[in-house]
Amino acid sequence: MNAIRDGQMISSGSLAARWWRAGSLAFLTCGCNRGILDPAGPVGSAEKQILINSTAIMLAIIIPTMIATVAIAFWFRRGNAKAAYRPDWEYSGAIELVVWAIPALTIMLLGGIAWIGSHALEPSKPLKSAVPPIRVDVVSMDWKWLFIYPDQHIATINQLVLPVQTPVSFRLTSATVWNVFFVPQLGTQIYAMPRMTTRLNLQADRQGTFEGLSAHFSGDGFPGMRFQVHSVPPQQFAAWVQSARGSGPVLDQRAYGLLSQPTSYVKPMTFSNVDPRMFDAIASGHTLQPPQLTRSLPARGIGSTGLGK
Amino acid sequence: MSLFGKLTWSAIPFHEPIALITSLVVLLALGAIAGWITVKHHWPYLWHEYVTSTDHKRIGIMYIVLGLVMLVRGFADAIMMRAHQFLAVGPHQGYLNPEHYDQIFSAHGVIMIFFVAMPLVIGMMNFVVPLQLGVRDVAFPTLNNVSFWLTASGALLVNMSLFLGEFARTGWLAFPPLSEKLFSPGVGVDYYLVSLQISGVGTVLTAVNFVTTILKIRAPGMSYLRMPVFCWTSLASNLLILAAFPVLTATLAMLMLDRYLGFHFFTNDGGGNSMLYMNLIWVWGHPEVYILILPAFGIYSEVVSTFSGKPLFGYRSMVFATLAICILSFTVWLHHFFTMGAGADVNAIFGIASMLIGIPTGVKIYNWLFTMYGGRVRFNVPMYYTIGFMLTFVLGGLTGVLLAIPPVDFIVHNSLFLVAHFHNVIIPGVVFAILAGYTYWFPKAFGFTLDERLGKAVFWCWFIGFNLAFMPSYLLGFWGGTRRMQHIADPSWKPWLGVELVGAFFIAAAIALMVWQLFYSIKTKDQRLDTTGDPWDGRTLEWLTLSPPPHYNFAVLPDVHGEEAYWHRKQLAIERDELIPEPNYQPIEMPLNTPTGVIVAFFASVCGFAIIWYIWWLAIVGLIGAFAIMVWYAWRDEHEHIIPVEEVRKNARERRRIRQENLQTLSQSV
Amino acid sequence: MSSHEAPAIGFTHLGSEDTGLGHRGPQSKSIVVPYGFWLFILSDMVLFSALFATYASLVRATDGGPVTNQLFDRTNVAVETMALLISSFVCGLAMIAAKRKNMVWTQVWLTTTGLLGLVFLTIEIREFVGMINIGAGPQRSAFLSAFFTLVGCHGAHVTAGLMWIGTMMAQIWAKGFQPHITRRLLCLSVFWHALDIIWVAIFTIVYLIGTLP
Repeated sequence: MNAIRDGQMISSGSLAARWWRAGSLAFLTCGCNRGILDPAGPVGSAEKQILINSTAIMLAIIIPTMIATVAIAFWFRRGNAKAAYRPDWEYSGAIELVVWAIPALTIMLLGGIAWIGSHALEPSKPLKSAVPPIRVDVVSMDWKWLFIYPDQHIATINQLVLPVQTPVSFRLTSATVWNVFFVPQLGTQIYAMPRMTTRLNLQADRQGTFEGLSAHFSGDGFPGMRFQVHSVPPQQFAAWVQSARGSGPVLDQRAYGLLSQPTSYVKPMTFSNVDPRMFDAIASGHTLQPPQLTRSLPARGIGSTGLGK
Repeated sequence: MSLFGKLTWSAIPFHEPIALITSLVVLLALGAIAGWITVKHHWPYLWHEYVTSTDHKRIGIMYIVLGLVMLVRGFADAIMMRAHQFLAVGPHQGYLNPEHYDQIFSAHGVIMIFFVAMPLVIGMMNFVVPLQLGVRDVAFPTLNNVSFWLTASGALLVNMSLFLGEFARTGWLAFPPLSEKLFSPGVGVDYYLVSLQISGVGTVLTAVNFVTTILKIRAPGMSYLRMPVFCWTSLASNLLILAAFPVLTATLAMLMLDRYLGFHFFTNDGGGNSMLYMNLIWVWGHPEVYILILPAFGIYSEVVSTFSGKPLFGYRSMVFATLAICILSFTVWLHHFFTMGAGADVNAIFGIASMLIGIPTGVKIYNWLFTMYGGRVRFNVPMYYTIGFMLTFVLGGLTGVLLAIPPVDFIVHNSLFLVAHFHNVIIPGVVFAILAGYTYWFPKAFGFTLDERLGKAVFWCWFIGFNLAFMPSYLLGFWGGTRRMQHIADPSWKPWLGVELVGAFFIAAAIALMVWQLFYSIKTKDQRLDTTGDPWDGRTLEWLTLSPPPHYNFAVLPDVHGEEAYWHRKQLAIERDELIPEPNYQPIEMPLNTPTGVIVAFFASVCGFAIIWYIWWLAIVGLIGAFAIMVWYAWRDEHEHIIPVEEVRKNARERRRIRQENLQTLSQSV
Repeated sequence: MSSHEAPAIGFTHLGSEDTGLGHRGPQSKSIVVPYGFWLFILSDMVLFSALFATYASLVRATDGGPVTNQLFDRTNVAVETMALLISSFVCGLAMIAAKRKNMVWTQVWLTTTGLLGLVFLTIEIREFVGMINIGAGPQRSAFLSAFFTLVGCHGAHVTAGLMWIGTMMAQIWAKGFQPHITRRLLCLSVFWHALDIIWVAIFTIVYLIGTLP
């Protein structure tokens, strides 16, 4: 703990300078990584479209309402002699009909969108594509992500390499507590829960590097659960798989045990060989793991889980 | 286990300078206040008039004081978080380590919901509902006192975690398995569980009390459809408490059994099911939102009608909308976890059910709008809050409906967008309503109005502060920002986090100004005395009696002939230039004060503290003590005292004299 | 606004006169107190419904441990149920005696109610101890956690009821049949009957369904 605090605490003196530097940087580099507003795949694009459409539908109602609020309050202010005072006017069937109808119709429209959208974008539904999907098994651990490629027999920590324009079929579980697997630019997030398996289908349509994170608080090391998704051409993906197979440690029970130790801000690494049944073992709770006596967070940057080269 | 269970010297946060200094400052402040009260010999007054009081008005005021004090605590957490977020960006680590930051956001949520919003809302109901119903007290006055002290006991335990041990590091709903013993071995979650259990009992008893009061204790002629809308929304809110809080009690009890006795409800092993907790807690949690917002809607309804000089537009529509929200709120809990993989049909059904709540809520907005239409709107402070609310709440509604659309929720779930959304509905929705109600009913409670100029300054600070502090979060949520992050990776967010911090400073200014407004108003109260009991040209029965009202509220219970019982009586009196004929006064039977509540709460606190620290003998002592005081109370024969008719008549004649003198100045709209 | 009613305003009396508008003002304590108590019972029922829902969703989560069929004994539960149902009937007899202000019979019937409750509780505790002894305690599996919590919560209510019966008997003895004592007695009987209703649900959902082949 002290390693974090002593080494990197901000001295308040240079705060303003830093603020301005950060500020100017922000405005210069806008558009570098704008989360769900810059989707890189079909799922994210469709969801962004629904977001924008629904917002537009509601704004069409809400903006006039806001204007009317100000206008009516202002016009009927007590000092305005021109405004007619109708102290007993408290009911109008026609107006009641309208005020119930406007929200009801809006909600009917949006309800239709919700129904269609929920079915079209159901996370467990495979994506339509001519290319066969690749499978990735995701395990959230304290506090890092383990990605197992069951068909390639490799695994990675905190990095996900995916072939571009290829659907990815995820299965997710957690080795300890709840987390949420979320790559904002790819779309849908989903819970990774211990002893349970969830499913998610995503696809990256363009090459690039996308930030991923856990979106459900999971303890002290939670902010360190960031990972990168590299969307690369299929040939490059194949080459990466080859090189991963040739290097890095094997993910066996012993290695998994070491990996289970709580660490955060773990640097990406790969495992050259992994038992494809490992995910099922974790999801059903049959993996042995050392009992965690303390769950306090070791110093940041201790990414080496004892497994490094 | 030693005599003191897990409690050792290491529980005191010597190694945490921030916590230690805060503890010392709070203890010093408490000591100073206690010293001042002692020096000024205020203890007997406080003991007889407040602590042991069974008067719903006094209990209401105690609730509101508790809520406001806790607001300061909860806000201190908030500004620490905002400052930390601003500092902990990119390469920097901020000034709070994860263990501390995680406690702060958990405590912030717990305190703001359970010990700020709930006491404030319940306090308003306590003060206002019996007055508006035209009666003398609630159905069970002693129980009311017990409820308050149990809530205070919960608040005490939560704050004790600052000095001894730690608070939960799990978020405000303590989701297992993170909150299970395996992953959270400390006392933090136990503080959370025990304090919520104790205050939860108080809340359920309040609901029993208020549902009975509203359904069974009303002035003659006050039929259901003549009740003020605030009473209707209070009824709905208390029905929700009655149906939802026991689920919370059961859920937290199960988590306690897991933690204390090794049960397997929500554990990873033994077949436990953490999803079950998620479902149960939100079966309580979603109605909880409406428990808070419905009375707030009621306050806005009263305010907008009074200050527009018109009856509430579409009263029956409003009542229907309130009940519709009340019922629908139980059908939507699943929208808190669309991303759990429940399947398209389930998600879509719960999404649409959630949106349906938007319909009655929208109707309410329009009805307030049409209440102003054709009125003579006076822009006093409560009206500022109401219009500020109407302008910002619709945005919160918009983002709420967005979150109810499953495919949209898939990308903004748990994000800063969500954080912005619920603050956008809770701050303009609940907090502004409380502040409006505080300003509106303050003269009724204390006999003088609050300073308007400072009140408007407070409003603007809240309004600007809220918008600065939360609107950028919508954007950050779109950029992939997730809640509860102790460190923010993307340095380009820094300016926006800076804006949010500035917003927090505005809110700090608002709170400071509120304190100043209170002191200033007390100092200069002679300029703003409410002599008539009706400072705002009110329409409901609380304005019929004097400010502050006598203990028994009304010398005779007012007969109610139509909606807006007081308004018509007032108009008739003004028209005829005379009050109604003097009624035949009778002696009044009122409940006696009792120390039962505070003693029961004392033993509950002792028992709770003992459970948190595994001091089992002390827990048993606490339980026996609580039982013994109950039996002792049940053994008393005298529960009421009689206010003699002479006193009633004298007070009532004085009131009539004042009314008669001010008859022609009572109406401000005409 | 119902302005046509306005002329009637103003002839206020004690608050007990019928205003001809369907509502006569605050109800008497003999209405209000049981009403409030019913609401409390209602909230208690909600608490139990949460426990029932939990039980229903965890009943198959046995984690390889014993299942319902291996644990429950219908005969045992039948005796238990009879004890509780008869105690409810006797509690009704006590209420009749109290209404007639008959001290001796009120005390007798209340004692019988309490004893039958004690019989129920003893059988339940024996069942629990037996289960724990064969390794089927609440720590064994989620199903057993839910079982012990649901049935145990009812048992805790019965225990509280027994303490209440004792206190109530002492109060009646010391103070006689004063109105506020009688009101409390009424609440006690409501509580006791409510425990019966919950037990019938437990009997059906836990034991009957649980012992189906």
